[in-house]
Amino acid sequence: MSTLLIFLQKTITQGIVLLYGANGEIITEKSGNLNLGVPGMMYMGGVAGLAGAFLYENSTANPIPWVGVLIAILAALLCSAFGGLIYSFLTITLRANQNVTGLALTTFGVGFGNFFGGSLSKLAGGVGQISTAATSGGFRTTIPFLRDIPVVGDLFFSYGFLTYFALIITLLLSWFLFKTRLGLNLRAVGENAATADAAGINVTRYKYLATCIGGAICGLGGLYFVMDYSSGTWMNDSFGDRGWLAIALVIFARWRPTQAIWGSFLFGGLYILYLYIPGLTRDMQEVFKALPYFVTIFVLIMTSLRKRREDQPPASLGLAYFREDRN
Amino acid sequence: MSATTVKEPWVHVVKRDRMTVGKSALIHLAGVVLALIICALVIFMLTGLNPIDVYAGIWDGALGTSRRTWVTLRDSAILLCIGFAITPAFRMRFWNIGAEGQVLVGAMATAAVMIYGANWPSWALYTLMPIAGVLAGALWGLIPAVFKAKWNTNETLFTLMLNYVAMQAVTYAIIFWENPKGSNSVGLINMQSEAGWLPSIADNKYLLTIFVVLVIMVLLYGYMKYTKQGYEISVVGESENTARYAGINVKRVIIRTMALSGALAGVAGFLLVSGAGHTISTSVADGRGFTAIVVAWLGKLNPFAMLVVAFFLVFMQRGSIQIASQFGLNDSASEILTGIILFCVLGCEFFINYRLEFRHEEEAVKA
Repeated sequence: MSTLLIFLQKTITQGIVLLYGANGEIITEKSGNLNLGVPGMMYMGGVAGLAGAFLYENSTANPIPWVGVLIAILAALLCSAFGGLIYSFLTITLRANQNVTGLALTTFGVGFGNFFGGSLSKLAGGVGQISTAATSGGFRTTIPFLRDIPVVGDLFFSYGFLTYFALIITLLLSWFLFKTRLGLNLRAVGENAATADAAGINVTRYKYLATCIGGAICGLGGLYFVMDYSSGTWMNDSFGDRGWLAIALVIFARWRPTQAIWGSFLFGGLYILYLYIPGLTRDMQEVFKALPYFVTIFVLIMTSLRKRREDQPPASLGLAYFREDRN
Repeated sequence: MSATTVKEPWVHVVKRDRMTVGKSALIHLAGVVLALIICALVIFMLTGLNPIDVYAGIWDGALGTSRRTWVTLRDSAILLCIGFAITPAFRMRFWNIGAEGQVLVGAMATAAVMIYGANWPSWALYTLMPIAGVLAGALWGLIPAVFKAKWNTNETLFTLMLNYVAMQAVTYAIIFWENPKGSNSVGLINMQSEAGWLPSIADNKYLLTIFVVLVIMVLLYGYMKYTKQGYEISVVGESENTARYAGINVKRVIIRTMALSGALAGVAGFLLVSGAGHTISTSVADGRGFTAIVVAWLGKLNPFAMLVVAFFLVFMQRGSIQIASQFGLNDSASEILTGIILFCVLGCEFFINYRLEFRHEEEAVKA
């Protein structure tokens, strides 16, 4: 396989992690909640899925891959949605500051992930690596036949099902937000909660659901990273700053899921570009690693310069809603 | 009211006017106690250890010996310094979550002076180090401020992104300065001569850092409370329109305040390199820029309350490092505990700003 092909493949795998995170944050932000807990929720989803698979495989002699996959997905969804629930309860019901709560959730979630991830490897004998071969095999199963087509198969059909699921979720989310009544209501909540309330929309319910579902989608990103990308192993902090990049991607995509698709591939490519440019010195590699952030800042500035209404963040992003407040 | 029964909700939320300091402190205390109970349950469920033993371990780790106490105090001071850096920006409702990056560039500039100025006369070195740190931090704070002032660019996300740019910049610089070559770390700067290391006062190498932060505390308190500029910050924070109407140049206030905010973060960077670590790495700020946001917020931007919060958080962190080794737990246990405590304290704030009013049965009957 040519280097270019490998680069494109890796770009896609890197991008999928970010795409999940960005989708989760888009639906959350559309409800007016700026959840900086994305990195935390991604860690929580990843480690919960891994723990589920690990406990299942340790409890049976012959683990069945699809059972492990189901358990892992369920565990990841529940755990990361729980992260979203903590955030929702604090910011929506108790009206705590969103930035601070999000950062606290990230502290908690990253600690949660590293604690359980690290403890799992200790349980397995302390060699620093645990094996969930059957389940991760299930996650990495590719489509038969299609996979064997040269080049096309490598480029489009060499991935596990979560990759395609990410694209499906993105399209579904885009349809939901912009083509359905419920999506319109949700966007109304994020733009101006008081108006939405006056129109009879249950603001609290929309905010809770959007934030928890958003958390669950973020968690799938963590799950994908752990079970597919890392083949069902855990290394503390190996997830890196991908959670923050996912938040950056939301801005880059200007709160549109479909824009996040190519954005995620662009970010994924920029994230690993330094490995594929021949002759880069170590210091130049570091410059390349900062590219996704420069691109995000650039987009941020451009959107504020052009002031196009449809490119702006949801108007009440970051604000708690209290019905008895007069605005 | 008509005779038809109007269904009153079982409970509804009412905003409080104001609460006495004592009462609000009591609510915070209740939040902390609740957090400690939840943490105890979590500790017991996860590890089966006796939570009392674990808490004793935390106490021992943070304040067990005089050296540990001083380190806890110094780290609290530095965290507090970053909290002070955020204070003017937050007072202006400018969500500067880029303190991490501002500290990093401040630290980097300080380290640069230390490395290149190893043989300079010490007065030049000790003057230039803080100046470099302050200028670098101020510059890093100015960038998002200018864009915010001119084009209303979202500052939360801009400052967040700049953190990572700063991190890459430091990694880049480390490769430049690494010692020995290829080690990917700078090591202790000027290990032999100790040039540029903050001197000890009365044989105590932690005191000067603490002293600097206390001076900043007093100055900042005075600046925010008694100067025209401090007042302008508050007005802009309350309402930009009011400020504009009152003839305040809002753009200038935003830019000036963020320069100050970044500069104070730069001081923290200087203290971390010159006063504490004597080296530079990407983990020199170690998440303090983010923790300081929590300090500033929970302390309600009041320097004295922030002092309590900062000390408590550092106390928990340093204690948790100790229990991690003592009980063979994973280091990350401290982050889980910190997270739970933050959740509880953030949650309890609700009861300071609001109160719950339950349905009065008798009144409902009367109506």
